[in-house]
Amino acid sequence: MNRRLRDVPWAIVMLLPSIALIAVWTVYPLVKAIQKGHLRCDVTGTKCRDAGWGRYWDVFTSAEFQHALGVSLKLMVLTVPVGLLLGIGLAVLADKHLRGIGVFRTIFSSTVATSVAVASLVWFTLLQPQIGVFADMFSGWFPVVKNPGLLNDANTALPAVALSSIWANLGFTFIIITAALQSVPRDLYESAFVDGAGSVRRFTNVTIPMIAPTLLFVGVVLTTRALQTYGEIALLTGGGPNPEKPTTTIPYLIYGRNSLISNDLGTKSAAAVLLFLLSLVLALVQFRGLEKRVHYGR
Amino acid sequence: MAQVRLEHITKRFGDGSEAVTAVDDVTLQIEHHEFMILLGPSGCGKSTLLRMVAGLEDPTAGDVFIGDRRVNDVEPKQRDIAMVFQSYALYPHKTVAANIEFPLKVRGVGKAERAAEALRAAEVLGLEPQMKRKPGQLSGGQRQRVALARAIVRNPAVFLMDEPLSNLDAKLRGDTRAELVDLHRRIDSTFLYVTHDQVEAMTMGSRVAVLSDGRLQQVGTPQEVYDRPATAFVAQFIGTPPMNMLPPGMLGSDAVQVGIRPEHLRLTPGGELHAIVKQVEHLGHEVLLFADANGTRLISRLDPSSFVPEVGDPVAFDAEPGRLHRFDATSGERVS
Repeated sequence: MNRRLRDVPWAIVMLLPSIALIAVWTVYPLVKAIQKGHLRCDVTGTKCRDAGWGRYWDVFTSAEFQHALGVSLKLMVLTVPVGLLLGIGLAVLADKHLRGIGVFRTIFSSTVATSVAVASLVWFTLLQPQIGVFADMFSGWFPVVKNPGLLNDANTALPAVALSSIWANLGFTFIIITAALQSVPRDLYESAFVDGAGSVRRFTNVTIPMIAPTLLFVGVVLTTRALQTYGEIALLTGGGPNPEKPTTTIPYLIYGRNSLISNDLGTKSAAAVLLFLLSLVLALVQFRGLEKRVHYGR
Repeated sequence: MAQVRLEHITKRFGDGSEAVTAVDDVTLQIEHHEFMILLGPSGCGKSTLLRMVAGLEDPTAGDVFIGDRRVNDVEPKQRDIAMVFQSYALYPHKTVAANIEFPLKVRGVGKAERAAEALRAAEVLGLEPQMKRKPGQLSGGQRQRVALARAIVRNPAVFLMDEPLSNLDAKLRGDTRAELVDLHRRIDSTFLYVTHDQVEAMTMGSRVAVLSDGRLQQVGTPQEVYDRPATAFVAQFIGTPPMNMLPPGMLGSDAVQVGIRPEHLRLTPGGELHAIVKQVEHLGHEVLLFADANGTRLISRLDPSSFVPEVGDPVAFDAEPGRLHRFDATSGERVS
């Protein structure tokens, strides 16, 4: 006990840098945002008054927020499962011991080093109705009189953004899952092979359970990222096309140039806090729901 | 009835100038229900040989027979074998029962039958109380038994084991050795067991096959291998402390290397080999004497009740008559 007490001052000193960083960059902004979320402002955003905790409910039930919430959830459903499956697929393919596989690993993981801005520009070009490769490809399938481009069509804008988002996140998913695959002991595969398990059975009985903790982690990260999608939207669609605004996600509602509430600091803060709560709840649901089925360690 | 026959097996890894020959022209026959030990230092090719019997590696040349069937192109699943890995290779996310049932499940055996068979295998190894646990909750010895139970559950014709005891502590290893011998007696399978531990080889094997640098050095019962080692390598590899090897010319002709086991090197006043005592180890039931004869280290095993010289004393040794091992100085093969 004495020794423990003696260690306390040093422990505080050692922890101080982290505590300071978290306090300044995380706790303070969060507290500030929660406070500002109480504010109800006029159209110009200059005159505000405190409307109390009820303001959060008002914002949550507002048509704008409900719409953005729907878009964000749709984007999540479009990107997370596909991104996860593609990541697993590519990682399993690249896990084979083949000549030149390193080149493919580099290619598959390259998007991790690509910024959202660059990725969006690439996709903007690809989806461009006049010169874009993909736009041409699809217009051949669905001939229309005047091709507005996937990003300008209210029905395809969100899937097109999702495509770019999946692509941009694939490098991250690929790297993490590849690392997990490489940590699975070879003996387990060999043992299953000797016992007569074919490749499908080895995949479902060895690979998936052994990398399940990683899949859970990647799933939570991808979900959070989907809910935070902003850059792609700002660069590809600007929340539009109008008037349907099918790509105005919650982050775009908060930060976006074309957002209806762009001048309203109080509403923006409230929406940000609500987004934080939504991510928190979803992450908790994922951990609680899946943790029982996930085996950590040996 | 499962005899395992290896005919002129060679395994090379890599190609061109970087090729490494792991197993070099090994021919070996393992009889039905034999407990055959593949013994050798690490890197001698013993595990590679076992993996070729399992079907985890393909031989570069030569044939593998299990029973009367050539199995070179047969999948492991169809070879009627089971393998125990050094790491046990248990599925950490499955319970003990599910681990043991796995080979049956893969083969499409029904649930009830599977459970009954798994229980039977668990009983053989005393694992019934652990059936609902996961491997992470078991001790090293228990995990090892689960791996064994998973191997015996299908009644394989051939049982392959790759250093299964090397992750256990010394006490448990001793107990498990005896259990494995007992298990071998009770089940009708042929055992092929890889180890680098000569104690395991001597105490468990019906026969021992000694390998070095991918080549088969000698096959024989443990006693044969100990009493009449076929090469200088086997002579030095088997026996603790190892056999004394005298450089050519020290005793007899220049073309022969002479070996004497420590228990056959006796302190004799006026003996032929003169040396200075460097170290004395009192082990209770015996005394080991380490001496230096002109740069050659000699080890002698003495009775603690006999006269024991002290460090620094000049001593003379003689070999017990008829107990000399002579090996060709160049090839290392036994001469007499």
